[in-house]
Amino acid sequence: MDLGSPAAVASALRDVGYLPDQRISQVVFLAARLEKPVLVEGPAGVGKTELAKAVAAATDRRLIRLQCYEGLDEAKALYEWNYKKQLLRIQADAGSDWDSISQDIFSEEFLLTRPLLEAIRSPEPVVLLIDEVDRVEVETEALLLEILSDFQVSIPELGTIEATSHPFVFLTSNNTRELSEALKRRCLFLHIDYPAPDREKEILQARVPGLSEHLAEQVARVARSIRSLDLKKAPSVSETIDWARTLLTLSVEEVDEEVLADTLHVLLKYQGDIEKAAKELTSSPVE
Amino acid sequence: MLGVLTGFIGELRQTGVPVSMVEAIDAMTAVEAIDVGDRTALRETLRATLIKNARHERAFDTAFDVYFSLAPSLPGEGEGNAIEGAPPSGEAGGGAGFEMDDLVSRILQALSHLDTDELRRAASEAVDNLAGMEPGRPVGGTYYLYRTLRRLDLSALERALVEILMGDAELTPFEQRLVEEDVAERLSRLRADIEEEIRRRLVADRGREAVARTLRRPLVEDIDLMHATTSDLAEMEAAIGPLTRKLAARLARRRKKRAGRLDFRRTMRRSLATGGVPADPQFRHPRPHRPEVWLLCDVSGSMATFSRFTLQFTHAMATHFSRLRTFAFIDTIDEVTDFFGPGVDFASAVSRIATEAEVVWLDGHSDYGNALETFHRRYGAQLTPRTTVIITGDARNNYRPPRDGVLADVAKASRALLWLNPEPHLYWDTGDSAMSAYARHCTSVHEVRTLRQLEDFVEGLALPRGLNR
Repeated sequence: MDLGSPAAVASALRDVGYLPDQRISQVVFLAARLEKPVLVEGPAGVGKTELAKAVAAATDRRLIRLQCYEGLDEAKALYEWNYKKQLLRIQADAGSDWDSISQDIFSEEFLLTRPLLEAIRSPEPVVLLIDEVDRVEVETEALLLEILSDFQVSIPELGTIEATSHPFVFLTSNNTRELSEALKRRCLFLHIDYPAPDREKEILQARVPGLSEHLAEQVARVARSIRSLDLKKAPSVSETIDWARTLLTLSVEEVDEEVLADTLHVLLKYQGDIEKAAKELTSSPVE
Repeated sequence: MLGVLTGFIGELRQTGVPVSMVEAIDAMTAVEAIDVGDRTALRETLRATLIKNARHERAFDTAFDVYFSLAPSLPGEGEGNAIEGAPPSGEAGGGAGFEMDDLVSRILQALSHLDTDELRRAASEAVDNLAGMEPGRPVGGTYYLYRTLRRLDLSALERALVEILMGDAELTPFEQRLVEEDVAERLSRLRADIEEEIRRRLVADRGREAVARTLRRPLVEDIDLMHATTSDLAEMEAAIGPLTRKLAARLARRRKKRAGRLDFRRTMRRSLATGGVPADPQFRHPRPHRPEVWLLCDVSGSMATFSRFTLQFTHAMATHFSRLRTFAFIDTIDEVTDFFGPGVDFASAVSRIATEAEVVWLDGHSDYGNALETFHRRYGAQLTPRTTVIITGDARNNYRPPRDGVLADVAKASRALLWLNPEPHLYWDTGDSAMSAYARHCTSVHEVRTLRQLEDFVEGLALPRGLNR
């Protein structure tokens, strides 16, 4: 697969059903060229995770995903010694001397690889997705630094394991906290915002087969209008897709006030938001 | 290229955007990998390597326009164009062969068909003929922009465009709204094009560094809250959302390490690793702390800008904390929590505070002493060791008795008492400020003049546990 120019990246991503804008394809191109990780930031539901999946699909690589959460530690992210197996090994071999056993039980056979190590050790190149990296504590972030800058993992008992092939690394963040400078410095930064109506229309047409162009355009424009309101949770792209599907199922051909008021709950998930949007956009408030 | 890039990075740093050495080197390496003739590619490449925070994008775009504007923005357009346009003929409008109506109709055409190249050409022509730029003047171009837009008659353009897009169909208010938003977006493109065009000429006239210096504005996070303009406030409001999310996450973060009870089952399991000796005791996760925040806002006249900001902050917080109570005070205090319920419009909440809340008792001049005493009398009994009390105000008491003893009681009854003061530290205790009298009783006092300081406060919010129990 050719990622030799931004245009080639764009068409490759298009082929797998992801419609990138110029910024996205440029950054993905740079990431491939400079072999640097990409930090993707933006509101929930604009396709950050989807981008990593699309790149994996477009480049025919395996996707390895590390879902971050508070309390994530080395043993879950990097590697762990399989102590049960080690214990068995010691018991099975009770007679032999300590040196040979201690050499033996800290070998690769007893290593449980976790996503990060797995991505490094994989013989064929992979796409590594570190999802919602802002959820881990600042201290845990440090775990990632070695991988992101040098594509290697140091295990005290085994030494340093270097990547056999450069993985494509994506980190996503919902910006719930400021990531450390050290992490940001190692990454290319990509801020994805809600798509412009033109692009959203294209996305809708790609994702919802059978959707007429006219309806797609209307949906995209209404979505923009709703996002301009001050809401608790603005509709994400996946929600507009759901909405378009709903409209298609209801065989709606034209979005008018009535249709909007009836189906607003597909787009918005808070009663307060629904009421507000109904008040702003239609003349009749919902019941 | 190297020289321009170094200058560009220097300019970003001047503005306050942190660009490290490594990032600068990355940018240079990245630029080698792309076609520098492609302006969008160059822009996105530099953005991805140099900017690591979405809030800095505006500063980036301004600096980029200045530093890379001499490159032709349109295919087939010579570089000479920008220089040639620089010395315009004093008062504009007199260009030979220039037809105002013709230009307007071309702009309308371009806008209605979303023809970006044509729009840019028309914008360039508009600047040539309407901006009346005078060489050598040390201005940022805002005046030229307004002059051009005024002569183009933006509102007439808007009406015409609405007409074109709507046709003559009868539209419901809903459809009309959609069309209007469309028009607004298209016009903002025109505006951006004209602005860019003006900057190009300014740069050609005075050089990059000089123009960049004139255009330099503090980053959103460095704007002084007390002196913020309306447009500054709008920008800050946009930045507040993520900040309150952070605060919510920070306050709710459970303390790690051993706080819970011994987990016998897991300890035994773990002991397998050490041959049955429980060397590594495991503990249950402590119950997550459910934060309860009470916010006391000074909403008096001297605090007008700041209180608007704190209220906005509160409003955003209300969507994250179920147990947030808000109080507003001037010389007496009233609870305004209900005004900020989820889904309530911010503007209406503010107007309700002004009209419905009882925040004035005597004369409408700040009286912290009375406000705090009333607060303690009415609500003090409801404080619990879980409550974090945050007071925002300048502590300027109009020389009235501070009555700070009551604050000691509040501090004793709550988990923590925090004070945010929007004045520079230097001015505390000058004149009628009673800051230190109050500070004595607070868990901590912070100077919060800018968004950055507010962010630091949020980041560093390590609340003492049971300090006042």
